[in-house]
Amino acid sequence: MTINELQEDIITTFDFFGDWMEKYEYIIDLGKNLELIDPQYKTDDYLIKGCQSKVWLHAGVDNSGKVVFTADSDAVITKGIIALLTQVLSHHTPAEVAQADLYFIDKIGLKEHLSPTRSNGLLSMVKQMKLYGLALSAKAAEPEK
Amino acid sequence: MPKDQVIASIDFEKVRADFPLLRRNIKGKPLVFLDSAASSQKPEVVIRALNTYYEQTNANVHRGVYQLSQEATDAFEMGRKKVQAFINARHEHEVIFVRGTTEGINLVAASFGKKFFREGDEILISAMEHHSNIVPWQLIAEQTGAVLKVIPVTDSGELDMEAFDTLLHERTKIVAVTHVSNTLGTINPVKTIIGKAHQMGIPVLIDGAQAIPHMEIDVQELDADFYTFSGHKVFGPTGIGILYGKEKWLEEMPPYHGGGEMIKTVTFAKTTYAELPHKFEAGTPDISGAIGLGAAIDYVNSIGRAAIAAYEHELLVYGTQRMLEIPGVRIIGTASEKASVISFLLEGTHPFDVGTLLDQMGIAVRTGHHCTQPLMDLFEIPGTVRASFAMYNNTEDIDRLVAAVRKAATMLI
Repeated sequence: MTINELQEDIITTFDFFGDWMEKYEYIIDLGKNLELIDPQYKTDDYLIKGCQSKVWLHAGVDNSGKVVFTADSDAVITKGIIALLTQVLSHHTPAEVAQADLYFIDKIGLKEHLSPTRSNGLLSMVKQMKLYGLALSAKAAEPEK
Repeated sequence: MPKDQVIASIDFEKVRADFPLLRRNIKGKPLVFLDSAASSQKPEVVIRALNTYYEQTNANVHRGVYQLSQEATDAFEMGRKKVQAFINARHEHEVIFVRGTTEGINLVAASFGKKFFREGDEILISAMEHHSNIVPWQLIAEQTGAVLKVIPVTDSGELDMEAFDTLLHERTKIVAVTHVSNTLGTINPVKTIIGKAHQMGIPVLIDGAQAIPHMEIDVQELDADFYTFSGHKVFGPTGIGILYGKEKWLEEMPPYHGGGEMIKTVTFAKTTYAELPHKFEAGTPDISGAIGLGAAIDYVNSIGRAAIAAYEHELLVYGTQRMLEIPGVRIIGTASEKASVISFLLEGTHPFDVGTLLDQMGIAVRTGHHCTQPLMDLFEIPGTVRASFAMYNNTEDIDRLVAAVRKAATMLI
């Protein structure tokens, strides 16, 4: 699935929720079930510091050259949103990641979580994910030495 | 405790109605505002005072030869007089208008420090200080070679007064402590601290940001050398604050900012400075802010600070008792003397998650380290959820908080 197809999927899922509680219960559930980040990446080198919650982010590349993000947070709602972001952006080429327009956050009513004032590390995380995409696509474009 | 026992020392319905913002709905629910320790809401009289000033009086203060400027100056200086009476300063010129507590502390640190600190001198603060009563001292310490010393805090969130006694010695040049902890609510024994410091001839600065809305402050009775607070925490506008300083110190201290208003004569060779308080008030001041703060003081006086303190204490007792009924709630800051602040953690959850869910339920609390990172490190916690109460809150607000925390617990744990 393309990045936009994945975003549409999430939007459809969120359309089913009747109220904020169902929505947040779902996000909390995603957060609790987020695949653990490899402990070697849960260090200050991979830390994106928010004022409110911390985020650790690692970007790897699989055999087919697709980006694989793993991440963690000390707050479970932040983790849930991380789960959505990695779900959308993982397993795509670096160029696709770098160019992605992440409109689903707004559509599912979580925009406030990516506002600079919230300072939970998520906004910086999205920027960082795209930077990784950019860096990895530049690297892929380099001629073999 | 039955709700009707929560004392009616203030006319709650009237007070609540005086604050227009509290009529708002947030996320479809009536707002429960429990973040007054960060900034209080404003009564209509304050908002009206600001409007009236801009609609009818606006002109730059001092030196104006025309009527408007004179009226603006009178209104502005009336604000100073009201503050003087409010904190019982001996002289009007001991009341300096600043932007807020942060600027008040920066002014003293920079000016007093420049004049009096030498290499190896000590600045004594406490482990529960807000960053704004830490960083300004670190800045001047770096410039002068002075050293920062820290009074430890006990597990209940009180100052370790035995340690204070030993930390206070002849190298100490100033003691700077908070009257009330913004994170824990602890009311510190500042009068004792000032008394002990004075026995050794050491001046004391009190950060009054969190105390001013909750209790009667008499700077002469405390014998504080400096006392600073922000207008916006005591129902006044943002952007205006007060630094009270004893005349003898303010006279000795060099100016902090240079510019208009603070000078007597200027030549390129030499400038002489204006008298107090203008020496420390360079540039056009926050005129409307001073007037708004005056209106806020009138408002607080009309209700009575003793009545406010008694009412808030009842809220604190009720809130503490109700919060502790919730399984997994741990209150951070259990000092015997507390202002109406409850900082708490819900076991197995992160403060950010609790705060996010409370927001969904229309409840405004603050989460995080509350600009007291060293204190959070001391308690080994990432932060807290902080509910702070003002006179416009009631037991119903607390009941809604408690119900919301219970709901958040079922969702998160």
